[in-house]
Amino acid sequence: MADFPANLRYSVEHEWVDDATPATVGVTSVAAEALGDVVYLELPEVGATIEAGTVIGEIESTKSVSELYSPVSGTVVEVNQAAIDDPAVVNSAPFGEGWLFKVEVTGTGQLLSAEEYAQHAG
Amino acid sequence: MTEKKTPLHAEHEALGATMTDFGGWMMPLRYTSDLAEHRAVREAAGLFDLSHMGGISITGPDAGAFLDHALVGNLSRLRPLGARYTMICAEDGGVLDDLIVYRTGELEYFVVANAANAETVLGALGERAAGFDAQVRDVSADQALVAVQGPRSAQIVREVLTEDAELSGGTAFDELKYYASLGMRFGDEAVLVARTGYTGEDGFEIWVDAPHAVALWRALLAAGEPHGLVPAGLSARDSLRLEAGMPLYGHELDTTTTPYDAGIGRVVRLDKVSDDGTPVEFVGRAALAARRESAPARVLVGLRGTARRPARAGYAVVQPDAARADGAVGPQVGTVTSGAPSPTLGYPIAMAYVTPEVSAEGTELAVDVRGRAEPFVVVPMPFYRRERS
Repeated sequence: MADFPANLRYSVEHEWVDDATPATVGVTSVAAEALGDVVYLELPEVGATIEAGTVIGEIESTKSVSELYSPVSGTVVEVNQAAIDDPAVVNSAPFGEGWLFKVEVTGTGQLLSAEEYAQHAG
Repeated sequence: MTEKKTPLHAEHEALGATMTDFGGWMMPLRYTSDLAEHRAVREAAGLFDLSHMGGISITGPDAGAFLDHALVGNLSRLRPLGARYTMICAEDGGVLDDLIVYRTGELEYFVVANAANAETVLGALGERAAGFDAQVRDVSADQALVAVQGPRSAQIVREVLTEDAELSGGTAFDELKYYASLGMRFGDEAVLVARTGYTGEDGFEIWVDAPHAVALWRALLAAGEPHGLVPAGLSARDSLRLEAGMPLYGHELDTTTTPYDAGIGRVVRLDKVSDDGTPVEFVGRAALAARRESAPARVLVGLRGTARRPARAGYAVVQPDAARADGAVGPQVGTVTSGAPSPTLGYPIAMAYVTPEVSAEGTELAVDVRGRAEPFVVVPMPFYRRERS
């Protein structure tokens, strides 16, 4: 079973969020592997208000397209332009350079610990 | 339905492949990265397991005349060890499958069908054989098919297989032409090697008796590694064939499509004659002759995306509507049959059936990508053409 960073929390839709302010959101290594090579990201715009559990963007790979759900509610304050320009970082470093956007969090959906997520993804 | 496994199944699992159901078979979708596998084939070489393809042996004194009747091509005129891309059509001209036919001997042919259509093709050939002295035999389970594709493939195959005067039919491997085949040896085993493929690169397809498939696979991987060869899955195969503008059954071709609709009417040989000089009344001839004379209702075109979002199979092709700043979609003029971001070219490419009025090169169209119109332009195919030395 894969190890997931213990300092992050996870959604069942395979997004992660950290506990910083603002919080950083990305997709997990499980999502990145299932997608295949990511070639296009559609992320919410800076200033957008997003709601936990709703579709807020798209991740497109060579073979398929998946909807991106937000694990938290709040206001988007930054998007990862480097990942938009070169989405391959989502595959190579999903928990690092491949982060997607940052949010001023006002609330969260149901989130899992690393251990719970490992069981869910296992 | 339980998916069938090829003789190389355990190899794929050992290599950590992501498997997928394809035409009733459990096949490798990718081993590591779709893009890396795609690029390896364009720049070095890739190794594919294609053992899911249907293999049908046709033998007997009437083998050539029978195939002339059953298929749209002129197979009795195929020279021994030649290969030909052809189709099997229904009476109404609709495509039942696209095929590669090898002439493996004076009175012997080998028909390669798509996995999902193998049963259909076998059934149709069996029915159409009535009245001909020819035997139709499914040999899919006895044989494995592996393909080595890419600019380094000739070097790799040369290192693994040996030439044999008894099997070669007088052809030297280094002189093997595109769409020709020869017998070679892998250790003590006879294999059939054809210079064919589905990637737009130079490459070889090798038929081997199933019990020797694993040894051949491993030998090709080992010999190929220093040349940059990697095992490649169906995902790379699909993006490679799309760049090369090659149709895929179930996408560009189906029973409602004639070869003319798909822009490959050249495979239909309305002019073929039997040995006594009379025209061959092959299955589908009347409908195809009529279709050739009528104006097409739709045309298969290549589309190049001028923005970043790729179109996918099934999406609507629409009139671009410049007045609508909201990006909303205009009236539908066609349907995408295959689409992906092109790894080699770096922009979205697609094939689509569109109405003839919007099929001219340079026509600006749009594709409804999940509710938003994305700009595309009609371009000639193939999208990618290799440099020939």
